[in-house]
Amino acid sequence: MRQDYEMVVGLEVHAELNTASKIYCGCRNAFGKEVNTQCCPVCMGMPGTLPTLNEKVVEYAAKMGYALNCTINPVSKQDRKNYFYPDLPKAYQISQFDIPLCEHGYLDIWVDGAEKRIGITRIHIEEDAGKLIHDDSFTGTLVDFNRCGVPLIEIVSEPDLRSSADAKAYLDTIKSILEYINISDCKMQEGSIRCDINVSVHKKGEPFGTRVEMKNVNTFSGAVRAIEYEANRQIEVLENGGTISQETRRWDDLKGQNFLLRSKEDAQDYRYFPEPDLLTIVLEQDYLDSIKASIPELPNKKKARYIKELGLPEEDASLLAELKEKADFFEEVLHAANIKPKSASNWVLGDVSRLMNETNKPINDLGIDPKQLAEIISMQEQNKISSSAAKQVFEEMLKTGKAPSELVKELGLEQVSDTGTLQEIVDTVVANNQKSIDDYRNGKTNALGFLVGQCMKASKGKGNPALMKEMLLKVLEG
Amino acid sequence: MSTMELYQLTAEKLSAMLANKECSSEELTRSVLKRIEQKEPEIAAYVTVCGEEALKAAAAIDAKRAAGESMHPLAGIPLGIKDNICTRGVRTTCASRMLENFVPPYDAFVMEKLNAAGAVMLGKLNMDEFAMGSSTETSYFQKTRNPFDTERVPGGSSGGSAAAVAAGEAVAALGSDTGGSIRQPSSYCGIVGLKPTYSSVSRYGLVAFASSLDQIGPMGRSVKDVAMLYSAICGRDNHDATSALREYPDFAKELTSDVKGLRIGLPKEYFGEGVAAEVREAVSKMAKELEKMGAELVEVSLPSTDYALSAYYIIASAEASSNLARFDGVKYGYRAKDFANLTEMYEKTRSEGFGAEVKRRIMLGTYVLSSGYYDAYYKKAKFTQLRIQQEFAEAFTKCDLLLTPTVPDTAFKLGENVDDQIKMYMNDILTVTVNIAGLPGMSVPCGFDSKKMPIGAQLIGPKFSESTLFRVASAWETSVGGFDLSRTLA
Repeated sequence: MRQDYEMVVGLEVHAELNTASKIYCGCRNAFGKEVNTQCCPVCMGMPGTLPTLNEKVVEYAAKMGYALNCTINPVSKQDRKNYFYPDLPKAYQISQFDIPLCEHGYLDIWVDGAEKRIGITRIHIEEDAGKLIHDDSFTGTLVDFNRCGVPLIEIVSEPDLRSSADAKAYLDTIKSILEYINISDCKMQEGSIRCDINVSVHKKGEPFGTRVEMKNVNTFSGAVRAIEYEANRQIEVLENGGTISQETRRWDDLKGQNFLLRSKEDAQDYRYFPEPDLLTIVLEQDYLDSIKASIPELPNKKKARYIKELGLPEEDASLLAELKEKADFFEEVLHAANIKPKSASNWVLGDVSRLMNETNKPINDLGIDPKQLAEIISMQEQNKISSSAAKQVFEEMLKTGKAPSELVKELGLEQVSDTGTLQEIVDTVVANNQKSIDDYRNGKTNALGFLVGQCMKASKGKGNPALMKEMLLKVLEG
Repeated sequence: MSTMELYQLTAEKLSAMLANKECSSEELTRSVLKRIEQKEPEIAAYVTVCGEEALKAAAAIDAKRAAGESMHPLAGIPLGIKDNICTRGVRTTCASRMLENFVPPYDAFVMEKLNAAGAVMLGKLNMDEFAMGSSTETSYFQKTRNPFDTERVPGGSSGGSAAAVAAGEAVAALGSDTGGSIRQPSSYCGIVGLKPTYSSVSRYGLVAFASSLDQIGPMGRSVKDVAMLYSAICGRDNHDATSALREYPDFAKELTSDVKGLRIGLPKEYFGEGVAAEVREAVSKMAKELEKMGAELVEVSLPSTDYALSAYYIIASAEASSNLARFDGVKYGYRAKDFANLTEMYEKTRSEGFGAEVKRRIMLGTYVLSSGYYDAYYKKAKFTQLRIQQEFAEAFTKCDLLLTPTVPDTAFKLGENVDDQIKMYMNDILTVTVNIAGLPGMSVPCGFDSKKMPIGAQLIGPKFSESTLFRVASAWETSVGGFDLSRTLA
């Protein structure tokens, strides 16, 4: 994007909630089932049927409200959004219009090494629509009602995002929070998170431009591309002397382009009015307090704490905080012994994560006792074992389940720091590697690494490498 | 009385006869079905008659009774059901082309209750299309006639229910009332009809017209019959979020006729200009009679009554425009034959499937909810609703219930008001306030005018005061020696 322009982006994220049943009937909230098997007269909008609100939906949405620092309205209402479409059997969607469940929140995100606060306008509950099926094997269009009535929350941000990177960080953080509080499966490929994007551009220092809404953005990477595409499109229009009109465009991820869906003149009038079939949602303070108390420390806050209090690099903090189980494991390791956060992080993000990938198991199913891992790290930090010995102990521990200290003894991996023994090894290596010594003295300093390696080999991995390096240097520089 | 046919008797009497094995449900059902066969060419109250199914159900009830099972008072009593109440396996048309062939795969909550009680369903009763109308003339299928004078309408929208009950084509019936649709036809046909307190009868399975106003209610030839039927259908339903969480007494069992000390309010706005002199006199006479029996008459005022009709038509039409949007040709009901695209399918389906009155109200409702008009119409109507509710509450500090005419005049002739919507809508002027305030309202016969057409009086009470309404109605009924349906039952 051109440097003299700035973009303003606001996001509306729709997330399907993972409640057991649908929002207004008892049907199972299940994805991927045979067409029209997860529906009943209520969610199919049959005449005379009535909705009844699934209380879990309110609980889940309020959880997200607290996670995003919102005010939860103790009294909120549901409204009908009226429009005709074959996937909407009642020809209205039950949503929330002027009094949503949650309002006035914010979300802190990390972008390029700095923390940034994004306003949350509102979060409301609503029902999902069905799916239209077009297929070459038949003429016309069929409707699958399985998704009708799947509970959704819509999270609306303030126009506080200024780049596609902001948007990406925002979406990633929202997703990790949804997973942390376990209210959504967040499966992109199943469409459980979707977003609408509002984009405008303006020359730096000038007032905001006219916003354009983009629909049909189903992946986060698509969101990044869609935002960049739209910002550049608007700049091009403006630079060619045109004006931006308030309109809705449809993002085509395959083509990497968007297309006009409707102009402002064709904007639909949804004729919102209070849903007369449902009661006002009234929440007691005790109930709200218990929901609030159930919110764990969230990934964005964890990440900030890891950076600020534990001194971890941003990348480490991100990776550790991303999944709750991983973060919990990391903290258990960290608190089990007096070790450096960075050492614990290296282990969790290194060998432990590698093991997770190799076995495709969640961290808690790997069979690693955080206390024992902490013991290994502690021994390594105190030079009782070398790093290669530490890895060996780790592998053996997984295989045998034996305690690390026991394994160190059993395998004879205790690090040798006795200077007499080490000096002998160093002397032997020096005697046998004249060429490397010459190389070092001629300025090829990386020969030192080779020599340390030779010493480690000669000590069968048990020699204290720092001490041996010191001794080698004495010889080399002497 | 032994010469009377079974179809002429009240549910109360028949219930006792069935219990004493003086007749069987099958005999009774046959009697009513025979009456239906005789009268239908003239009255046209039914859209669908389920003769075979009714006889089968009656026989099953008789067998249960013979086996000594304990029976509900309504067991074996043949009832008619308004055709906007969903009946599993029996088409439910709302008297509309749109739902001409719609067969619900589920029962309305009230049908579940009646089936459990062992009541026998005779069939589905004609009505104004989607309950929109005051004469049953907007039905897609047929025009029902008033059993007192077949030149005249039975009222509406529950006109089929009222005519069937008055003519002996059902012992009692269910209707629905959004703005007077039980009370006005009850008044026109000389029977008793109750619009219960909003939330006391589940709306699950009632095809919605205006969700915040609709209520299913009983219609019968005596106060006790209506109380029996009301007791059978009221109660909490977890499938209707607006259904009240409370226990109800057995209204028929606890029914008394003592009105001593009851304060009966006469709201002056309901006796004003526009109410026929004969109607006014009949209701005033009834008031005096109740006073003689020990009630106290109090004059009260409900000043916002004038605005009620406008508020009603805005709220009801707004909700209807949304409730009826689901009839789009996609899933069930009528779908137009030829169309080029989706929009055309919608347009043709709805143009051909709905009648003029329904379309008129959908357009009205769509308009009042449109952006830019919402505040001027819908919001103002909701504000008026609040005012009306407050005024009723205020009135009920001065009296226990209200007595008013049900309708400004008696039944009009078929076709008389078809081209004058305002005149047609004026029929509802004395009944809509009750729906707007969510109160119970009941129409009881109180004499005949010079044309020999029945006049109805309306009793209105605070929420959940049905017992009081039944009491006063019963006292009146006793004092006049029962309501005279000898002409229509003959």
